[in-house]
Amino acid sequence: MLLDVKNLSTEFYVKRGIVKAVNDVSFNVDKGEILAIVGESGSGKSVTSLSVMGLVRDPGKVTKGEILFNGEDLKTKSQKEMRKIRGDKISMIFQEPMTSLNPVQRIGDQLCESILTHTDMNKKQALERAIEMLRVVGIPSPEQRVKDYPHQMSGGMRQRVMIAMGLCCDPELLIADEPTTALDVTIQAQILDLIKRLRDDIGMAVILITHDLGVVAETADRVVVMYCGRVVEQADVKSLFKKPMHPYTKGLIESIPRLNEDRERLFMIKGMVPDPTRLPKGCLFADRCENCMEKCKEKLPALTEVPGEEGRKVRCFLYSDEVEADE
Amino acid sequence: MEEREVLLEVQGLTKHFVVDRSFFGRPTSVLKAVDDVSFKIYKGEALGLVGESGCGKSTIGKMLVNLYTPTSGKIFYNGVELTSLNKKQRRQYCKDIQLIFQDPYSSLNPRMTIGDIIAEPLIVNKVVPKSEVENRVNYLLNCVGLANHQRNRYAHEFSGGQRQRVGIARALAVNPKLIVCDEPVSALDVSIQAQVLNLLDDLKDEFGLTYLFIAHGLNVVKHISDRVGVMYLGKIMEIAEKNELYQNPMNPYTRALLSAIPSVDVENKTERIILEGDVPTPINPPAGCRFCSRCFMKTEGCDKYESILKDQGNGHLVACKLYDND
Amino acid sequence: MAKKKVVLAEGAESEVIIEKPESRLKSMWDALKKNKAALFGMFVIIFLIIIAIIGPYITPYDPYKNSMAEANQTPSAAHWFGTDTLGRDIFSRVIVGTRISLFVGIAAVAFSLVLGTIFGSIAGYFGGKIDAFIMRIMDIMLSIPSILLAVTLMAALGKGLDKAIIAIGVVSIPEYARIIRSSILSVKENDYVAAAKVLGNSDGRIIFHHILPNVLSSIVVRATLGISTAILDTAALGFLGLGVQPPIAEWGDMLGRVRSMVLVYPHMLIFPGLAITLAVLAFNLFGDGLRDALNPKSRS
Repeated sequence: MLLDVKNLSTEFYVKRGIVKAVNDVSFNVDKGEILAIVGESGSGKSVTSLSVMGLVRDPGKVTKGEILFNGEDLKTKSQKEMRKIRGDKISMIFQEPMTSLNPVQRIGDQLCESILTHTDMNKKQALERAIEMLRVVGIPSPEQRVKDYPHQMSGGMRQRVMIAMGLCCDPELLIADEPTTALDVTIQAQILDLIKRLRDDIGMAVILITHDLGVVAETADRVVVMYCGRVVEQADVKSLFKKPMHPYTKGLIESIPRLNEDRERLFMIKGMVPDPTRLPKGCLFADRCENCMEKCKEKLPALTEVPGEEGRKVRCFLYSDEVEADE
Repeated sequence: MEEREVLLEVQGLTKHFVVDRSFFGRPTSVLKAVDDVSFKIYKGEALGLVGESGCGKSTIGKMLVNLYTPTSGKIFYNGVELTSLNKKQRRQYCKDIQLIFQDPYSSLNPRMTIGDIIAEPLIVNKVVPKSEVENRVNYLLNCVGLANHQRNRYAHEFSGGQRQRVGIARALAVNPKLIVCDEPVSALDVSIQAQVLNLLDDLKDEFGLTYLFIAHGLNVVKHISDRVGVMYLGKIMEIAEKNELYQNPMNPYTRALLSAIPSVDVENKTERIILEGDVPTPINPPAGCRFCSRCFMKTEGCDKYESILKDQGNGHLVACKLYDND
Repeated sequence: MAKKKVVLAEGAESEVIIEKPESRLKSMWDALKKNKAALFGMFVIIFLIIIAIIGPYITPYDPYKNSMAEANQTPSAAHWFGTDTLGRDIFSRVIVGTRISLFVGIAAVAFSLVLGTIFGSIAGYFGGKIDAFIMRIMDIMLSIPSILLAVTLMAALGKGLDKAIIAIGVVSIPEYARIIRSSILSVKENDYVAAAKVLGNSDGRIIFHHILPNVLSSIVVRATLGISTAILDTAALGFLGLGVQPPIAEWGDMLGRVRSMVLVYPHMLIFPGLAITLAVLAFNLFGDGLRDALNPKSRS
């Protein structure tokens, strides 16, 4: 097991109260596996990844839990140690490639810089490595492109550069936060293809954070579904899409317009995500749920194993009566 | 196909933006956002327009609602040619063609309550007498599924989906005939997208509307449209009745685009066509067929000869050399 | 949003109690109340305004009466702020000066704000040749040192307080025009402005209802700061013998005239100086608070 996150909680202290952005979240990632964390805005999926990277800033704080990476708890590491791990063993790519690249520095220099900080290569070797990485991510004529500035490249190209930068030091884990949201469909297909290929070729593990279930179905091996800071369902990708169990997951999958069938009306989840400072009592999804029962409004169900299906967990009273212990 | 009433027809619509000028004001660099586009929208239908960023789909929408003036070409609305009208005459037709914006955050004035936002077009266009405005606002809010007691709140107090509803109510206020929906759900969460799409569907029947539905998500467009046009670099590559287009895509670009959509169907995965390279900039589009630099089926002559839309039967129009029989 | 609901809504009277329209002033006041510094600024401004109104009736001495016997006195129980070189009571002069300083400051800013907003709006909204024409004139005005421009204007207009206001006002027009223009250029890009156009609003209505209210907050702070600069500018003109004519009491003028005495009789400078500082500080704190209060986003 490469990464094992146990009972992670991250809170933000804002004017209107405490936001439990990530609430008792546990998941793990194996070597060479693509794990997707899906959820809508405010589900805590991005904060989860920032917590793993040790990048949560004021007014937020990781309050609980363990983040075991190769058996070592990242939470106990100092800032300096974390900086070494980031970009070396774990790297991260973000949604907006333009803001993640320094606009006044050449692509090649930015790549070299991160190679030089994490390895003991000399400048020439670093540049060669940079060019090689650009070739790996499918940038044509990388020898010329290293001299480009970020604004001279298209969005898809920049995202490739970001991935190349993430790959420079052969990370064991790549965290990709909405890597294709800002891109066009045909470019998105290229990038997803690239991520899958890299997983196959160099056995890198990937945490893919996205709101797009289509991307999940195409790319991931396993899926964690988050809602309001909690994991509501966890399953391998095939069983999740074939037989979603949690009403929220079901609703999400149902509400996507399909290409291969015609429907008069789309299924819709009623209502909207609750205010994070005033989360409802009981199940967080209760007032939007079609199968809401009396007890759903009183008690929060626990995330329990589904009997007969290995590695599958769901947080719903439809499947188990167990109540979450910390409520 | 039976004769249907044409609500809007566009002929040779073109919009060029001057990117750079020489010292003496002569344009040196021109962005061809929309280049010689023609299509018809029938009354009561929803025409979808898909394409990647920079293909000019939004520019077409903005020309129809008079936010941009076309460089050339004609827009016929109910038989009246709009581009040759003077400013005052043109404004009379503004009411009939409305726009729903993509960004629910920047499309509502932060200093107005949502009630005022919806009331303003009623008052400005004298849609209803002054005394009726309040009732009408309540009615419109109800139509889009908002409670009328919320009308004294400011836009920032609402979520993205609710703001989009306000934007829809505002467009409905002037009793439009045609609504240009410019990526109305792409900024919204998945569960909210379905709500807004269903709402748009309901309103279409309720108010007898016609839609030009612009989006980059092909599944979204398919759900709401009757016919779909595919654009690439300012040109329409293919336009057809939606089931025809999705089942029998003819232009290679349409096929690539369709196969690139990530599908939630994990059972039957289809082979994907992954296009090489990026969309070229519309400032210097490739010669010949615009798509030829990325086309996986290109043959000799594609980079010289530009095909025009031709009917392949059943109103399925395609612009591609593969289907030219001369 | 089901169809049924739509039909039901037609003509049906709403039974829901409609939330009371919250008046804009009230919600602004609510936001302002929470900001202690702004509240302090506001009270000081109110205090200054009251002093400006009743000042001449409450002074312990005649502010214009020379009394060489009492000249150059340091603060005492009889003369709280001491006396100046002509033996006039500084406390009385500071109080009387409030009216002139406040009036000049506010009037000059109002003058440049109105004209600056008009020029800036036209330039920013319509763009093109009008924009280039207006902004080049503004650039020319900015390229002349402001005090020189004011002095030149005074020379052309003649002496007097009203002319001073115009001169100071004209000098700062370009600054307001530029701020307004650049804010309009960014606000103009918002979709709600496009929406207003599509919905058939006239240009005037778009400027006044959709653009200017959203630009206002950026100018409010500058305007309050401008009041303090205007007070100082008046002093400068007065010092050059062009603005307020002696013996009229005006803070900046009082300061300027005894400039050379700073080491011998610091109290002559300190008290009018403090009055200026207090007024400037009050306007700045209030301006900051107002900016937050004007923005509905920070209100909730």
